[in-house]
Amino acid sequence: MKIAVCVKEVPDAAVTKRIDPSTKRLDRSGESVLNHFDSQAVEEALKVKEAGGESEVVLVSMGPAGALDSLRKALAMGADRAVLVSDDAAAGSDLVVTSRALAAALEREGADLVLFGQQSSDSDGAVLWAAVADRLRRPVISQVAELTVSDGKVRGKRQTEFGYDVIEAPLPAIIAVSDAINEPRYPSLKGIMSAKKKPQESLSGSDLGLDADVLGEQGSGTSVLALDDPPPRGDARKIEDDGSAAGQIADFLAEKKLL
Amino acid sequence: MARPRPAEYPPQFDASEFVDEPTDPPDERIEVGILIVGAGPAGLACAIRLGQLIEESPRLAKRLGEVPVAVLEKGKQPGSHSLSGAVVNPRSLRRLFRGEKRAADMPFYGEVEAEGVYFLRHNSSMRIPTPPTMKNHGNYVASLSQLTRWLAEQAEEAGATILPETVAEKLLVKDGRVVGVRTGDKGRGRFGERLPNFEPGSDIVARVTILCEGTQGHLTGVAIDTFGLEGESPQVWALGVKEVWKVAKPLRRVVHTLGWPLRPQAKYHEFGGSFIYPMGDDMLTIGMVVGLDYRDADLSVHDLLQQLKTNPFVRKMLDGGERIGWGAKTIPEGGFVALPSRLHAPGLLMCGDGAGLVNVPALKGIHYAVESGHLAAEAAVDALRPGRTPWTPGALGIYDDAVRESFIWSDLKEVRNMRQAFGRGFYLGGAFAGAMTASKGKLPPGDRPTEPDALAPAVRTDRRRGYPAPDGKLTFDKLSSVYLSGNRTRDDAPNHLRVRTDVPEEIAVMWEQMCPAHVYEARDGHVEITPSNCVQCGAITAKGGRLTPPEGGSGPEYTVT
Amino acid sequence: MTIAVFLEHHDGELQKGSLGVLGKAASLGEEVVGVVLGSGVKELAAGAGRFGAKKVYVADAPELEAPLPQPRVDALAQLVREQGIDTVLFAASVLASDTAGGLAARLDAGLNWDLVDLASQDGSLVGTRPALEDSVYADVGWTSDVKLALFRPGAFDPAETGGEAEVEEFAPSFEDFSTQAAMIEQAHEESEGPSIEDADVIVAGGRGLGGPENFTLVEELAKALGGAVAATRAVVDAGWYPYSTQVGQTGKTVAPKLYVACGISGAIQHKVGMQGSGTVVAINKDPNAPIFEFCDLGVVGDLHEIVPKLTELVRQRKS
Repeated sequence: MKIAVCVKEVPDAAVTKRIDPSTKRLDRSGESVLNHFDSQAVEEALKVKEAGGESEVVLVSMGPAGALDSLRKALAMGADRAVLVSDDAAAGSDLVVTSRALAAALEREGADLVLFGQQSSDSDGAVLWAAVADRLRRPVISQVAELTVSDGKVRGKRQTEFGYDVIEAPLPAIIAVSDAINEPRYPSLKGIMSAKKKPQESLSGSDLGLDADVLGEQGSGTSVLALDDPPPRGDARKIEDDGSAAGQIADFLAEKKLL
Repeated sequence: MARPRPAEYPPQFDASEFVDEPTDPPDERIEVGILIVGAGPAGLACAIRLGQLIEESPRLAKRLGEVPVAVLEKGKQPGSHSLSGAVVNPRSLRRLFRGEKRAADMPFYGEVEAEGVYFLRHNSSMRIPTPPTMKNHGNYVASLSQLTRWLAEQAEEAGATILPETVAEKLLVKDGRVVGVRTGDKGRGRFGERLPNFEPGSDIVARVTILCEGTQGHLTGVAIDTFGLEGESPQVWALGVKEVWKVAKPLRRVVHTLGWPLRPQAKYHEFGGSFIYPMGDDMLTIGMVVGLDYRDADLSVHDLLQQLKTNPFVRKMLDGGERIGWGAKTIPEGGFVALPSRLHAPGLLMCGDGAGLVNVPALKGIHYAVESGHLAAEAAVDALRPGRTPWTPGALGIYDDAVRESFIWSDLKEVRNMRQAFGRGFYLGGAFAGAMTASKGKLPPGDRPTEPDALAPAVRTDRRRGYPAPDGKLTFDKLSSVYLSGNRTRDDAPNHLRVRTDVPEEIAVMWEQMCPAHVYEARDGHVEITPSNCVQCGAITAKGGRLTPPEGGSGPEYTVT
Repeated sequence: MTIAVFLEHHDGELQKGSLGVLGKAASLGEEVVGVVLGSGVKELAAGAGRFGAKKVYVADAPELEAPLPQPRVDALAQLVREQGIDTVLFAASVLASDTAGGLAARLDAGLNWDLVDLASQDGSLVGTRPALEDSVYADVGWTSDVKLALFRPGAFDPAETGGEAEVEEFAPSFEDFSTQAAMIEQAHEESEGPSIEDADVIVAGGRGLGGPENFTLVEELAKALGGAVAATRAVVDAGWYPYSTQVGQTGKTVAPKLYVACGISGAIQHKVGMQGSGTVVAINKDPNAPIFEFCDLGVVGDLHEIVPKLTELVRQRKS
């Protein structure tokens, strides 16, 4: 079985981030790491692989050429191969473009199971897998907190606002795992050392049949117009309790229609 | 009771806990040619030099095997735990790259254009003549974290395998010689229990193990203990806490200050000062460095830094600016007399700050680290010539010989009594320092011993009244500083700090104030510990506790320090 | 322009979030229609008129019975094409996000998400989106023909304006792949109260509580307000409350409408986990606690006295 995991390199959350005022995009010149939620998807793929049968775990990503460094951590965890879609024209790509590029790369791979992590820490979309599934014309199950694969079918326990659903779909299928699904393994030293030797390929837009004009900002359907400071919190009030504080709080809540 | 001293409350610690024979089955051990512990300037310089030597000698390449050079780094990546001022003397780096890289190729922030030393009072500043040991002509300002990152790239290009998030926890010793290290476990819980993603450490075996761990090097301390390599005098440390600021007006010179907010009287033993270095046109770094033999339990180097910024001379430099970085680290200050008696043992070499190679009056250690790493590489290769092994008695002694013949030795010998002189207070110390410099180390004669920091008695004072309340713009509290250091250590990691929690109030307060990361809190007669705040500066080890290796990848993620 | 609002429903009720977005859309002065998709939902659809929809499109089909996204993508895509709709708005939820994502690919339509506001400027729509842990607000727009938007949960409150909507049925056809995912077991309403990530109200306790037994004060207030209980790292470390309730840098990030912080100092490690909250009320006996720098109402006092009294008042006012 071929399992593809869509992963992304993101700016390290521990390092204070800024938006570049000239491009209005996230300043990515600092440290980059593998998106933590994606490492959960990698972990799940490895678990499925280890559950039995011959399987291959392929990482599929889209990003600048240097992103291969972050993919190495996932290779160190145990993934077999990495494919990076990298094209200068792709900078500033939105969901429409990214989903198109990833779908093209995934189509090329012909995976039986495609996994996504819950969200990316730099843009919090939670929409990418649905877009990719539509382009691949395959069933998708999201927010999966428990996954079982057997007899050509996949069953996921989906976490929603109302509790857990159990949903089943035939393979090939797309699954987005929730952050409750697992705790990713630490790569072993042997894994880290062998990661560099695993096959890593880089694909350009034209390798996937995508012209420059359907990539990047040109191909996108959204744009950032301006950046502002957040609205002020309004007048903050500070009071000292003279016995009536509870009443004042209740009044305040009522005033704000929170009661 | 007489004033309590931290050394009276030693934690449970024995170096033998961290020494073992290899236990992994032979096919599970990781074999490398030469193992370097620490991807700092010493370790990476060593790796770079090894890469050059391996390229020149196919025989050597063959002998070292599939992974000729491996560098272990406990931080998330090289540079994550690197912190210094820094003004770097480029001579060792030029020599390392054999002229193929000039200062312009290295990530420096410019050559030192001008400098000044100032004596401060709380509301004023007075320029004083620059002591000869502090002259920085021809030197460059750098962020050690960035320099380290760049050196790591060079090392990888030279063929080294860098293994980040990997802690060297135990020294592997067999038949009296060092054969490698055992790395730390990952995925243990608060009480040491195995979590679902538990990953055990591994034995890494190598022909030569080179310790470049930096200040308070864990295995360096273990090796010194195990092989009886204690120097003539105990090591002592200073704690440096620094910030990096984006500023509106460029600072065009390297500034050092002495005096306020430290107290000059001998009884307080407050040796130190501040540095303010320009980093290009729009950034600067400001730090406070204080020797850890101070007596005042209420002394907090972090808060002294905040206090320093309120002096009008300093404040002006920061007007209109924004704090973008913070960090803390100890600096070994014993100098020449505190060096280990030997820098080698069978199969083992020690470099850099871990070995104490720091010139205190000149505030320089990076170029010694680079030079010692360079010399260690050559010694290791020499000991691997046909017919030799690194554990033949005296084989690695060539490293000690090389260091003694180098400028490292002559520099450190010249300034050997400087720090101890300041134990007599600022003014008397200044007089001694002057004599020392003028006589190039011949006066005063002999070697003055150092006294361990943990023997300093702790005395409560009202010093905290002077600490400014954090305003979030100019002055900051410790927790938001820890946040800015990029520290996101998981809360349920095992406690890596060994410290007695039932101690007198003076000691509890001393640790609480000392720690720049607010790890220790003095509460109701005991000490409460929040180990996940730890930025691994090493101050606790100097002052009576013991920092042991935490989980690989934890701690700060410095980028501009 | 014609704006369609996806009206999500559950257990026979239209969801508050969707109705809030409907009200916001109606306030823009453009043509607004609601869309209700499901099985046996015609009556539900008419009710949307009270909340700002003049017209509601309904698709009633067995394929739409289970709350699964892909058949909804088919239905919405068809509606957009047939009715010339140029804008579709969603209140974010698991179902809505999956549906909006699929629709974006189907129509090659730009999708802006995590929006907290929407405005009509010179005939164009502009969305407002917080970024970088809510430290920056971005104005975002669309360059595609069809515009899609997902709004943050709770961004708008529904406003009952009264009225009945004209209901028009349509019959979608479904792609083969859209019906491959099957609901085996459907979720029931959570009985233990909302999880902290979904809660509109959170009452959080910190070290100022004094001891684990005092978490009952926090629990009582949370129950009275219909909210969830959260804890700071310090008290979770001390074993007073479970890690699943920890809010902060190394815990969960929450953005409820109301966050009541009891005995919490407000260190930045905690702040980054809750700074997106709508209204923050803090009770702490230390007047210099950092939390007073970023709350809307700060109360300096003894929480052991104030919280029980407040709980009682809340109960009274609610009944």
